[in-house]
Amino acid sequence: MKKIIAAFLLSLAPVLALASEGGVHLDKADIDLHDKDSLRNGARLFVNYCLSCHSAAYMRYNRMGKDLGLTDAQVKKNLMFAAEKVGETMTVAMPAKEAKAWFGTKVPDLTVVARARGADWLYSYLRGFYLDDSRPWGVNNTVFKDVGMPDVLWELEGLKKPIYKISKDEEGNDVKHIVGFEQVMPGKLSKAEYDNAIRDLVTFLVYMGEPAKLTRYTIGLWVLLYLALLFVVAYALKKEYWKDVH
Amino acid sequence: MSKSQDFMAWIDARFPLTKMWEEHLSKYYAPKNFNFWYFFGSLALLVLVIQIVSGIFLAMNYKPDAKLAFASVEYIMRDVSGGWIIRYMHSTGASAFFIVVYLHMFRGLMYGSYKQPRELVWIFGMLIYLALMAEAFMGYLLPWGQMSYWGAQVIVNLFGAIPVIGHDLSLWIRGDYVISDITLNRFFAFHVIAVPLVLLGLVVAHIIALHEVGSNNPDGVEIKKNKGPDGIPLDGIPFHPYYSVKDIVGVVVFLMFFASVMFFYPQMGGYFLEHNNFVPADPLKTPPHIAPVWYFTPFYTVLRAVPDPFLGVLAMGSAVVILFFLPWIDKNPIKSWRYRSALHKINLLLFAAVFIYLGYLGVNPPEPLLAEMGRRFAEVYFLFFFVIWFHSHRRSATFTLGSLVVLIGLYSLYDFVRLNEANQSLVMTSWLIPTVYLAFMLLGTFTNVNQEKPVPERVTS
Repeated sequence: MKKIIAAFLLSLAPVLALASEGGVHLDKADIDLHDKDSLRNGARLFVNYCLSCHSAAYMRYNRMGKDLGLTDAQVKKNLMFAAEKVGETMTVAMPAKEAKAWFGTKVPDLTVVARARGADWLYSYLRGFYLDDSRPWGVNNTVFKDVGMPDVLWELEGLKKPIYKISKDEEGNDVKHIVGFEQVMPGKLSKAEYDNAIRDLVTFLVYMGEPAKLTRYTIGLWVLLYLALLFVVAYALKKEYWKDVH
Repeated sequence: MSKSQDFMAWIDARFPLTKMWEEHLSKYYAPKNFNFWYFFGSLALLVLVIQIVSGIFLAMNYKPDAKLAFASVEYIMRDVSGGWIIRYMHSTGASAFFIVVYLHMFRGLMYGSYKQPRELVWIFGMLIYLALMAEAFMGYLLPWGQMSYWGAQVIVNLFGAIPVIGHDLSLWIRGDYVISDITLNRFFAFHVIAVPLVLLGLVVAHIIALHEVGSNNPDGVEIKKNKGPDGIPLDGIPFHPYYSVKDIVGVVVFLMFFASVMFFYPQMGGYFLEHNNFVPADPLKTPPHIAPVWYFTPFYTVLRAVPDPFLGVLAMGSAVVILFFLPWIDKNPIKSWRYRSALHKINLLLFAAVFIYLGYLGVNPPEPLLAEMGRRFAEVYFLFFFVIWFHSHRRSATFTLGSLVVLIGLYSLYDFVRLNEANQSLVMTSWLIPTVYLAFMLLGTFTNVNQEKPVPERVTS
């Protein structure tokens, strides 16, 4: 009997493992969707560094402006480089076919990437590029192995080289682990500044994945409050009617 | 006569409005002792209405086209006013429908509501459940995300496992060699027109059948056996206003849960809306792990428990179909578990737990340990139906021991065939799962946990 219970409990273990899916350690992105400055900085980074290759084809410039507290003129001047009208969605001019030839894969649209990948994944991924001569763009990634994307933020972060530790696996083969990084070229930002910039960018991506997230909690609270009041009335009504049931 | 009475008389001479109102509401006598579990019937109806209404508004903005579908859903989420509320209402409603229906079905098990004379109520209910599964499955393709696409691919391929006609059958369902724009279009048609029509018809039949025989209750006592001089059941109260006002309370509480999910956890940790479904469908990129939505996973585990694809499909189908026969499997004259043996109660609770656990296994990849658990608990799932039949009346010692030996022998034989060096300790340990279950349920009938209680004449309040 004990064995069965043990086997049963053991079978529940993958739930815990699921939390850290893929076995890759993810850093926690401590984002705050209500921090307007963070959102605006994220938007700025997004249109400057991501939007040249990646589209966000379901997101409109003016919707972003409205949610970020910017006027149409401000959006046009600071955040719009590839479109004519503020009512347009964030598309890119790069032809998909050529992109595939350049990067070996389709360049994914980023509108809802935060909902597919999660904030922590993006936060770790964007901070996970390191030098690797075996790759076509000279960089690899700790979270997304052999990714097709070049390290577009290198001028902000600088370049870092991995420090490997070699250990033996069960069959006696050598396995390389990355245990740390060594900065070989400084970027425009310090490590802490870069982390903050990425946090802002991820905040923006999370917002863009679901703009309704900015309001849905507040609306939800009002709905629940209304239902709570309705419950009092409904319950009193039921009590009144059921007085004569014995 | 007043003006309004005149008007009603005019109507009633042409359409039985008052008659229908009385038959189904104001003079439909329901037992006065309904408890918590009796909310889920009206709640299922509420969710059906939520799904139809939100579905109509979604269909106004959704585009059933492989090139546009994914984008149109995001258009609803951003550009349509209140679109995200409608969409979350619909996606939360799908899962809520299954939660409510599963609880409603378990109520039927607890109080023997499927038993004579309510067999047809149960059958219609089961048909509703089948239609609901078809509706949910086809609806899930519409957002055209990776999980929509590959989930549909996997399920349609199941039909391909049927010998001889399988390949043509799956081709006929898809209308193409892979899930494509054609499939999306026809699933849309089924999802918004065909299946909802069937669903509504079945719901009407379910309610008409119920109102013909009258509702069961937590005591499993027929209230129609004790009528007063006016012909009204002594333990009955008119559905309206008593249960209509009571159900409103249930509705409000349910909506509080519903709104909590909708506004605070619409993805429900990836169970109500899967993460991978926010990646547009890509026929060239198979996701590493394809899991159906949670409400199908118990049956998915049964499917995976059998190594042969066709037998697996057969097992999965039987796991659903066997429920139809419940009224003829459980022949015990006592309806409610209140007066059945403790053994029967444990059996039902175990069944519910096993069903949930099978569902849990279905969302996880079938690693050796989990796959073995799936196999063992699928065995328990089917053994449950033998046990509930076995508990119909007292069995002789010879028959009990004989059944025990034969059943254990059957799956042990299969275990013996599949035993190898790698799996032997796992197989032998897990062998105890169905065996302990069966031994307890069968041999328990010789002890006092099999004691049944006298059923009262009237309902207890």
